[in-house]
Amino acid sequence: MSATTYDAGLPQRRARGHEYNPASLVFLAALWLSLALGIVFLLTLIVTTAIDGAGRFDSELLTNYDSTLFPETAGLRAAFFGSLWLMLGTALMAVPMGIAAAVYLEEFADSTRWYNRLIEVNLQNLAAVPSVIYGMLAVAVAGLLGSATTNIVIVGSLALALLILPVIIISTREAVRAVPRDIREGSLALGATPLQTTWKQVLPSAIPGISTGTILALSRAIGEAAPLLLLGVGTILFTPNGFLSGFQAMPVQIYGWTSESQDEYKVAAAAGIILLMAMVLLLNGVAIFIRNRFQRRW
Amino acid sequence: MNSSFARRAAVPAALVSLTLMLAACGGDASGGGDSEALSGEIAIDGSSTVGPLSEAAQELYAAEQPDVQVTVGTSGTSGGFEAFCAGDTDISDASRPIEDSEIKICEKNGIEYTELQVAVDALTVVTNPDVGVTCITTDELKTIWEPAAEGEITNWNQVNPEFPDLTLNLFGPGTDSGTFDYFTDEINGEEGASRSDYEQSEDDNVIVEGVAGTEGAMGYFGYTFYQENQDSLTALEIDSGDGCVAPSPETAQSGEYTPLARPLFIYVSNSAYSEEPQVAGYVDFYIENLSEIAEAAQFIPLNEEQTASTEEALASLQG
Repeated sequence: MSATTYDAGLPQRRARGHEYNPASLVFLAALWLSLALGIVFLLTLIVTTAIDGAGRFDSELLTNYDSTLFPETAGLRAAFFGSLWLMLGTALMAVPMGIAAAVYLEEFADSTRWYNRLIEVNLQNLAAVPSVIYGMLAVAVAGLLGSATTNIVIVGSLALALLILPVIIISTREAVRAVPRDIREGSLALGATPLQTTWKQVLPSAIPGISTGTILALSRAIGEAAPLLLLGVGTILFTPNGFLSGFQAMPVQIYGWTSESQDEYKVAAAAGIILLMAMVLLLNGVAIFIRNRFQRRW
Repeated sequence: MNSSFARRAAVPAALVSLTLMLAACGGDASGGGDSEALSGEIAIDGSSTVGPLSEAAQELYAAEQPDVQVTVGTSGTSGGFEAFCAGDTDISDASRPIEDSEIKICEKNGIEYTELQVAVDALTVVTNPDVGVTCITTDELKTIWEPAAEGEITNWNQVNPEFPDLTLNLFGPGTDSGTFDYFTDEINGEEGASRSDYEQSEDDNVIVEGVAGTEGAMGYFGYTFYQENQDSLTALEIDSGDGCVAPSPETAQSGEYTPLARPLFIYVSNSAYSEEPQVAGYVDFYIENLSEIAEAAQFIPLNEEQTASTEEALASLQG
């Protein structure tokens, strides 16, 4: 069995449309079953959560703070705005750093150098590190900088920024790599320096891909509870007013509510889950829109 | 259902009396600075047993002073003191008095503090309702929880032949908890000495859920958490030699519920109190409205004697 016969056989098989090979039918059925199973589980989860939270889809969920005294009106106000602040801080830290690192690796780095290879390998490793580790890292960094207070927006943002940095770097590299060589060579031939070429030609062409990757990374960060739990987020009844302000975050608040013993909190948590899911879906929708609207085919 | 009805009824009543009180002392300049708008941050951490009380105070205080940013963490009494004595927090919630080793660290770091008793707790031993035991002696509790019981005592009938033949599933607080310290000290005779083969959590809600959902389960935590979950838990009466006494506000206040009735405290940093008006405002509000806050949060309020000594301690803090 050589590769050639296999390749040659493929178009023929396609041309005939289908072949009733029992093994391939079983395989196909197994694939469909796996897909259906995943979707059924997901739908069941979403529907049961929505039913559980049905009683709390009211404006109070967003306008009220968490409440010890009135669990039935406890709201996500602090967590909602806290999450928005976290996203702002995360984006400010991770996006410039991630894009700069990706551009360096893709456009300037000599990939035969051992240190660049080391960076590459570690980038892949970082993407696979459990998210809770980034929380510990952020606490350690805050400690090194002399801040014993870790439950503030900037430390939370740092944890999430570290978490999504590898994702942003990897997706930015893909986007930069997709820009054809011709454009770089044309720019260089017209007398532009490599820096000008990167800044004026390559980056603008790669922006749709970069923004898609960045938004998807942020939508992962907004749902992360584990790294933030390590920061000792407490009960707060205010919205942050700066990066040094204390914060609460949606996933942490939801986690806290689900572990409360009173049923009112569980209803609120279910409603919060649906809200958080809508936010993630919105972000992903924006990413898909940008990709479809602006992506260029070369 | 019962408990949440009680809560719904208790809260408005407490709020009404609170509003009346505040209105009554509105013109009083010495009323803890109620009239002027304060701002700034207050960092509170410590016991998860006291946490809900401080959160209730936080919630009611936020209605008075919306610009004061209060953070209430619940990392356990020991964890709270660690941060407090390092100067990271302004107030520490505690379900046991501060220990000598912690006092030394506070002294070393120049943190002076004032201890204020804010409530009474009946440390409650609960079981899953299917166990059917109503009363337990302190000796039997020791048999279950002492270090020597680890891996040995696994069935209820090993503790007392009259108890059912049922696997013993244990849930309890972790070692950072003041509840753990207090329970091991009173029951096992040595603070921190406990069997370790039980489900541990600093979060009392996890223990509630565990005991309520596991056959033959036993656990212990603050009275408030029992009161909120009376339907799914059975509280054991405790016999320390003078007959069975059930945990209740009355038996805890009178001290009859021995040895598990205990005081709950907040520790206030003296320098934070004198230098940061928002901390002083919060603490004054907390203590002045203590019985209403305790009632709203379903804690056992102090008796008259205890109230007087807390107010005295606050007065000396105010200088």
